[in-house]
Amino acid sequence: MAGFKKKASREIPEMNTSSLPDLIFTILFFFMMVTTMREVTLKVKFTTPAGTELEKLEKKSVVSFIYVGPPTDNLRAQMGSGTRIQLNDRFAETREIIDFVAAERQGMTNQAEQVISIKADQGTQMGYITDIKEVLRKSWALRINYSATKRN
Amino acid sequence: MAKKKKKMPSLNTTSTADISFMLLIFFLVTTSMDTDMGLARRLPKPPEPDQEDATMDIKSRNILYVRLNHLGELWIEDEMNRGFSDFKELRNRVKEFVKNEQNLSKLPEKHVKNIDLLGQCFVTDKHVISVQTDRATPYDAYFQVQNELVAAYNELRNELAKQKFGRELQYLKKEEIDAIKKYYPQNISEAEPKKYQQGGQ
Repeated sequence: MAGFKKKASREIPEMNTSSLPDLIFTILFFFMMVTTMREVTLKVKFTTPAGTELEKLEKKSVVSFIYVGPPTDNLRAQMGSGTRIQLNDRFAETREIIDFVAAERQGMTNQAEQVISIKADQGTQMGYITDIKEVLRKSWALRINYSATKRN
Repeated sequence: MAKKKKKMPSLNTTSTADISFMLLIFFLVTTSMDTDMGLARRLPKPPEPDQEDATMDIKSRNILYVRLNHLGELWIEDEMNRGFSDFKELRNRVKEFVKNEQNLSKLPEKHVKNIDLLGQCFVTDKHVISVQTDRATPYDAYFQVQNELVAAYNELRNELAKQKFGRELQYLKKEEIDAIKKYYPQNISEAEPKKYQQGGQ
């Protein structure tokens, strides 16, 4: 058996890692696609109510958020603990929603599909919500969405 | 002599993996996969400036009042009965009210309506569900009411879809869904409708 005399160097061959970057890139692209960067820092605390008949917010580009709830703990000293409304990155009054809706609508290609999602705390008094809805009606943002978590 | 092999030195790519790892970790950290869910509603159009008070004349049998007080307690009232109620009960009450299966005189009146694909139907499309809240009502209570109302309509529509088309609502064609929606239109009012007949408060 002369042909098989190769006992001398029995080294385990190194694993070929040249495809590793490609693999990682694939995963990277996946995450880049599904990622939605949180574009606002929340200044209000809220736990949304739980419901059963929820629908997904499909088109992110036409959705604007209104946050309603008490200020976060570190802002409580300044802002108190009452219910506040947050638009984009700052606290706002109810009447400012008109300008907010108009500004958000500006950037949209499909303005008729604009959706306003209200992310409000469970304990918010309906007075605030009713006022917000009234302002939204006035600014012709009629498609709204009460943000909630799924329950069975 | 030294000119023998002129090979291009290949680019050192060992660090590509590290770089892409770093990018990957960045996106992993910043990603929030949660899809936003919510209850989709549509607000009524704003009132015209010249139109003073929308005098909707609604027969008292066509109205189902759903009231929430400042403690978030639920009061349901129609011509059949009235009183405080459970949130779980609301769905069945609404279904019973909207359906009016036995054509009772105290539940919404029924009309003959011609609907595409469904033909002549006997529907309660004049019914109104009036949701009234106090300024101090907790938002959660209001949300649960909205949720139950949507659930009631969805169940009714699903039942009809199964009966007429043999499939659940989500599997129907667009025209079929439209027909079902015409059969059971969602009439939820959050303003105070005016009644011409007498009624409690």
